[in-house]
Amino acid sequence: MSSIITRRTLVAGAAAASTLPLLGRSAFAQAPLGVGFIYVGPVGDHGWSWTHDQGRKALEKQYGDKIKTSFIENVAEGPDAARALRQLAQAGNQLIFATSFGFMNPTIQVAKQFPKLKFEHATGYQRAENVATYNARFYEGRAVIGTIAGHMSKSGQAGYIASFPIPEVVMGINAFTLAARKVNPNFKTKVIWASTWYDPAKEADAAKALIDQGADVITQHTDSPAALQAAEQRGVFAFGQASDMSAFAPKAHLSAIVDDWSGYYIKRVKDVMDGSWKSGDVWGGIKDGFVKLAPFNAAVTPAARAAAEEVQKGIVAGTLHPFTGELKDQKGVLRLKSGETASDEMLSKMDWYVEGVQA
Amino acid sequence: MNSVILVSIIMTLVAASTPILLAALGELVVEKSGVLNLGVEGMMLTGAVAGFAVAFSTGSVALGLVASVIAGIATAMIFAVLTLSLTANQVATGLALTIFGVGASSLIGAGFVGRTIDRLGPLFPEVLASHPWLRALFGHDIIVYLSLALVLGVSVFLRRTRAGLILRAVGENDASAHAIGYPVIGIRYAAIAFGGALAGLGGAYFSLALTPMWADRLTAGRGWIALALVVFSAWKPGRLLLGAYLFGAVMTFELQAKAAGITWLAPEVLAMAPYLATILVLTMMSLGRKTGRLDAPACLGKPFSVS
Repeated sequence: MSSIITRRTLVAGAAAASTLPLLGRSAFAQAPLGVGFIYVGPVGDHGWSWTHDQGRKALEKQYGDKIKTSFIENVAEGPDAARALRQLAQAGNQLIFATSFGFMNPTIQVAKQFPKLKFEHATGYQRAENVATYNARFYEGRAVIGTIAGHMSKSGQAGYIASFPIPEVVMGINAFTLAARKVNPNFKTKVIWASTWYDPAKEADAAKALIDQGADVITQHTDSPAALQAAEQRGVFAFGQASDMSAFAPKAHLSAIVDDWSGYYIKRVKDVMDGSWKSGDVWGGIKDGFVKLAPFNAAVTPAARAAAEEVQKGIVAGTLHPFTGELKDQKGVLRLKSGETASDEMLSKMDWYVEGVQA
Repeated sequence: MNSVILVSIIMTLVAASTPILLAALGELVVEKSGVLNLGVEGMMLTGAVAGFAVAFSTGSVALGLVASVIAGIATAMIFAVLTLSLTANQVATGLALTIFGVGASSLIGAGFVGRTIDRLGPLFPEVLASHPWLRALFGHDIIVYLSLALVLGVSVFLRRTRAGLILRAVGENDASAHAIGYPVIGIRYAAIAFGGALAGLGGAYFSLALTPMWADRLTAGRGWIALALVVFSAWKPGRLLLGAYLFGAVMTFELQAKAAGITWLAPEVLAMAPYLATILVLTMMSLGRKTGRLDAPACLGKPFSVS
């Protein structure tokens, strides 16, 4: 049941209650667990917020009448978020997901005021007794598409439309480039900083500029499918971001890194139900089902497909880490010794580029 | 740099400039009549969503373009009624119109997210655009040529026609124009409608030609750039054309420079470049002048009521 149909449910519920008084109170003893979400964008952004809403829908499918979910979309990061969170808390939700980095401080603040409620904050690093954090290892997905790019690129040059040089984005660029260079040691990744998460026309123009300069595979860390459309128009390959974007570029779309939060959400709701919920920090990857790859395009060659699947298998089995030494950065500084793998701390602070990145 | 890349840059540049040019040209006429409508971004968004919705539903991009013009005019009329008939503050109403446009377009567009259409194609047959250099001339879509024709049309209208003279009179001295017997309010209604039509068309250029899809806030602030361009142009259509293409050029070269590997410039500096260029030109224009007016219509932004 979603809050959007609250009024209808209310009427239906009232009708049911009035016609079934003989059933007694037992039927109503188990009130549904309230689960609330706040999203930074519209659920229709076809990107980040949309994927979180897919997670919410998965919850409804899984638990049916046992839970009641509601969401508030387009919540601005900052004070507005505190108000939205408080509203959800007062509406009787017992578990609340705050799904954007900028909701961090408001979440901590509101959680203090409602110590009995549980809060979950995506991509943050501040925790409390009743505030847990969770994030996805998108760089694992980047390693898989980097492998495909290494095989599919004829010019040996990829174009990467990036938003801002924060660790999350930098680690994606590095993971992609490292994987591509394992296939083609001369592979180059040209980065354009769009200085925005979302500006479709600029993202498309950036893709065109990269293609003009010789890139024949486009990938992005911005939110709109515009770059894919540009790639389709120019007849080069590209990858989708956050969700399967093949509808926008049936020929160009080789695959996409798909965010899937449903498994985590289902588990955390279960934890609240049986009283085992604890605060903590979960960083899930391909193995945990947080990160998935969209179906490969028929254009992906058998060799590329096999290599990509092998990387994926290796990551799941734990035998392959996208950041494994010996690894030097562009300036020649040794970052990882031979055989050493990057720690989570190193990843979350990454501010250097590997060989082959032009940023 | 070979000619193929150069032509490709020109194509990108022209495409990036066209929606800004359209919206700014409409606003220029509005401001020439003495009205300041800050709701350009809002009108672009309603035009963009209406254009996409109709083009997607009917399969006809042409009908989408018509719908975007109608939606732009309809949105502009909200502003016209409030500021002309009810003499509301133009700045506040214009800002509110942008906020309204963002919300309304998001609501209307909710069902169209994730859909795509065949983009508006080149006007001339492929044969004419076979050679790279010919492509730079004949490879554009109809809106590009229309926008250039409109620049010429507006320029001739303002400077050479009687109607244009009356429009300018209304913008320079509304009380005198009224005293002579010209319908000041009616003329301003017409100007605002024209501004809405071009803003709507400019918005639809995003959803039908540049990035054939609908997503929230698709125009990403281009309406504000259009507003700045009107000041930049000193209310002259010819200079507006120059300004819009200059702006498009700086935006395109910024991306090309990054793709070409010019990394010694911080990305933030490159992102600032178009805006820095705007400030620079504005400063240079006002240097050598005794008054700081920059040729703005004298009645710009002032409410007028017959009393």
